[in-house]
Amino acid sequence: MIRTYQLGLHAGSRKLIANLNWQIDDGECWSVIGRNGAGKSTLLRTLAGLRQPDAGHITIQNRDLHDWPLTDLARQRAFLAQARHDAFSYRVIETVLSARHPYHDQHYWEGSDDQQIALASLAAMEVVHLAERDVRSLSGGERQRVAIAAMLAQDTPLLLLDEPANALDLAHQVSVMSLLARLCREQRKTVVMVGHDLNLAHSVSSHALLLMGDGGWLAGPVAEVMQAETLSDYLGHPIEIIEHGQRKIFIPKEDIA
Amino acid sequence: MHPFFRNMRHRATVIITTLLVCAVASLLVSGMIGSIAIPLADMPTALLHLVQGNPDSLAATLLELRLGRASTAFVTGAALSLAGVMMQALLRNPLADPYVLGLSSGASVGALLALLLMYSLWAVDAAAFAGAVIISMLLYWLARRDLRSGMAAEGGASLLLLTGVILSSASMALVTLMLSIAPEGRLRTMVFWMIGDLSGAPVRLMPWLVLAGAMLFALRSARSLNVMALHAEAASTLGVRVGALRKGLFFVSGLLTASAVTSAGSIGFVGLIVPHALRFACGPDHRVLIPAAALAGGAFLVLADTMARTVLAPLQLPVGVITAMVGAPVFLYQLHRLRRK
Repeated sequence: MIRTYQLGLHAGSRKLIANLNWQIDDGECWSVIGRNGAGKSTLLRTLAGLRQPDAGHITIQNRDLHDWPLTDLARQRAFLAQARHDAFSYRVIETVLSARHPYHDQHYWEGSDDQQIALASLAAMEVVHLAERDVRSLSGGERQRVAIAAMLAQDTPLLLLDEPANALDLAHQVSVMSLLARLCREQRKTVVMVGHDLNLAHSVSSHALLLMGDGGWLAGPVAEVMQAETLSDYLGHPIEIIEHGQRKIFIPKEDIA
Repeated sequence: MHPFFRNMRHRATVIITTLLVCAVASLLVSGMIGSIAIPLADMPTALLHLVQGNPDSLAATLLELRLGRASTAFVTGAALSLAGVMMQALLRNPLADPYVLGLSSGASVGALLALLLMYSLWAVDAAAFAGAVIISMLLYWLARRDLRSGMAAEGGASLLLLTGVILSSASMALVTLMLSIAPEGRLRTMVFWMIGDLSGAPVRLMPWLVLAGAMLFALRSARSLNVMALHAEAASTLGVRVGALRKGLFFVSGLLTASAVTSAGSIGFVGLIVPHALRFACGPDHRVLIPAAALAGGAFLVLADTMARTVLAPLQLPVGVITAMVGAPVFLYQLHRLRRK
């Protein structure tokens, strides 16, 4: 689906990621894990094409990211930004319909199939009842779910999400995550997300990419990469893993001092 | 179908038709009102004479004068209002407009310089145009730097607004300088140019062509504008060529402003309050907002100009005085409402 070759990212003079050779296949669900400032969002924005790589290159479906016409690319991958600022009082349904933009370039108004898809996406995120509301009147969690609904309406094989669980309550964190896992499993969609909750990441992801923030990285299946020692190393805090039935629970060790 | 969608196109049609009727009504009213009022009953005959090209009767002659001026008012108001919509979408800030951002002041510097140097009329127009374009380029350059550094849209836009205000003050200082060294004879023309006055404005084809071109561009990019207003730079992940659209918006809104100020001097507040009021009444969807803003802006300025020439008759006020007197309180009210949210 998407591959990076010798990818290098910098923040000013600081090296974030060096020589990243990363292959993501159809149907995989990746979590990007690392400390604050390790380059997780920068990496995701680079994959989305919002930022130029400082070294190396990226391909989507074996085609260089820069060779894709924007509209075609918009039918391949969707991007959820970390934060939003709503300057105008659009209604919720209008924000979701705007995600259908890449599908009807020549028309002034959306077609009825776009409207069906928009409503279905709102239903999937349990926000149909908000359809007529002004986006600026929503709570943080509601706004986040509307943004994810818009992303679903874009209906792309590749989904890039920057902290999708942000601002969501516990129940919606779980339901959004399991929805993403289901999309990967059943529709062979590919998900790359940034998150800070190791337990959520472990329960939905098939793979993980750990970022050190000094150029170092580690990519692989969750079972290999998400080990107590490796995670402690990458997150800069000792982490303990507790087996609970089928599940693994990640907890940070407490400072005894 | 969900009731919401059925309404969408229907609502747009109703809004545009209503505004079209209002615009025509405003032109008729401006034709009827004046030092000598033309009764409604005489209007059809006078109009007929005018169309046939023999304005011999008093009513037809008056109508020709008034409608000529009203049409200039309409095209100026429509251009300013459309430019306001574009700049607000561009900066993702509902408080941006050509006047606040200093484009009009830039045009004033150019026009007054040409008036001071006693250049011919076309040179005054060209200088006003150049002034607006220079300020617009300067602002675009500053906006690019904000956006490249990945600053939040809000912070970036308010910095840009502030920059526009400063550029505007700097231009006004130059204007004051030129006014203070200008000879007595030219002072009145210069002052009236600055306030924005339609009494001497010639009826021209050019502003209509600019408006038509800008309208075409705006309608073609209406959907992309919605995407950009919602998602800022992330609009490119939805297939919008953000860089090209921004450049286009800047160029076209600068051109509209330049064309409007060359016809009528720098008239304030139209580009700010008309789009704002329409967003409040009909929502922020640019597919409706763009044609609505042009119609309402035109009608607003026609009515304001009618007021300007009748309120203290036989004294004629510059129309900029009326728009500012209506605009300033409305603007303050809107600012206050935004704060409360």
